[in-house]
Amino acid sequence: MSATVSKEQIYDILEKVQDPEVPVLSIIDLGVVRDVVLNEEGIEVVITPTYTGCPAMDMIEVGIKSTLQDHGFEKVVITTILSPAWTTDWLSEAGKEKLRAYGIAPPQGAAKSKRALFSEESGIICPQCNSTNTDMISQFGSTACKAQYKCLDCEEPFDYFKCH
Amino acid sequence: MANHLHDFLIHLGDNALILGHRLSELTGHGPVLEQDMAMTNIALDLVGQTRNIFQVAASIQGGGASEDSIAYTRDVTAYKNVLLVEQKNGDFAKTVTRQFFYDAFNYHAYQRLLKSNNKDIAAIADKAIKEITYHLKWSAEWVIRLGDGTDESHQRIKDAIETLWPYTGEMFKFADYELACHDEGIFPDIHSIKGDWDEEIKNVFAEANLDVPESGWMHDGGKRGGHSEHLGFLLAEMQFLQRSYPGQEW
Repeated sequence: MSATVSKEQIYDILEKVQDPEVPVLSIIDLGVVRDVVLNEEGIEVVITPTYTGCPAMDMIEVGIKSTLQDHGFEKVVITTILSPAWTTDWLSEAGKEKLRAYGIAPPQGAAKSKRALFSEESGIICPQCNSTNTDMISQFGSTACKAQYKCLDCEEPFDYFKCH
Repeated sequence: MANHLHDFLIHLGDNALILGHRLSELTGHGPVLEQDMAMTNIALDLVGQTRNIFQVAASIQGGGASEDSIAYTRDVTAYKNVLLVEQKNGDFAKTVTRQFFYDAFNYHAYQRLLKSNNKDIAAIADKAIKEITYHLKWSAEWVIRLGDGTDESHQRIKDAIETLWPYTGEMFKFADYELACHDEGIFPDIHSIKGDWDEEIKNVFAEANLDVPESGWMHDGGKRGGHSEHLGFLLAEMQFLQRSYPGQEW
């Protein structure tokens, strides 16, 4: 392993690791990588799950290890931390744009009270036609991080990456 | 091994694991696609929370224990979940009622665990509380939809409440290990959960045109390992693979 490798170089390599469930996003876009520590033993990558039960985390660990190994870094340790808890605020602006282009509405604005019954995040922009005339179908979508919405103008259903 | 922190973690993890497993039984069998996905998502959150909790318990236990060995190799009497979560799914009204009674408790318990002086528990709660908030919103909304819905939905949820109400008291009858954790600041403010739970039930039932039952006689024993016959059948299915092929992985 090169002794002169910098943290930035490792971050650049980690840009190549994708989220297996939203393959347009890198784990850097997603805000899952919390830190990179370089020491004599090798590289420690600190990650945090988006949701506790997110089944993508195991895949992400494998992705990090194999990608770094492809770049000649053999000794990689992955540490998972739970706190501070992941929030959609850590999703990069570039990541939000990639989501929209992929057909998933990115999280909008600040998280409102999740306790208010029958409330929903309104004015979510349809990623197909940009209308804000949309309705929530269900709080729970195809993955833990997404809700299901439908557009009342173009009538397409879509996933919304919920604010969290 | 008598270690109240370990026992408390097992209890906390068992509640999440058994309810998560019950909900997972409905995957592919939900009444409509959206609610099938909702229940599957909630199951996923709960099993994920169980993994985090059991990882801490395994590190206390030592001796090669793991989240999997704790989940898959204990017998029924070693399980410390409340009886409520092991009750069978029944119809959708019963599934929703069980979930609401538990979510209302879980939400207020985890609000307190956020302030735990145990760093691992506080970190798990920090992550889990966001998910549990979605669970409670979902189950409360469905209690209202069913209670304030058709004659049939109203009758079904009334029946479910009658069946499950006697299982709610156990949540507030704190086991020795919970009280010991409370004394040490691991589980702060334990005695005030009941008041918050009562308030939650009262408000949602009022909206749902449902009556809150009189207190009455309550089952208990689950926290000490005394379970209904349902849990053994659940474990027989959940543990089958590891019992038949120990250490199997995929």
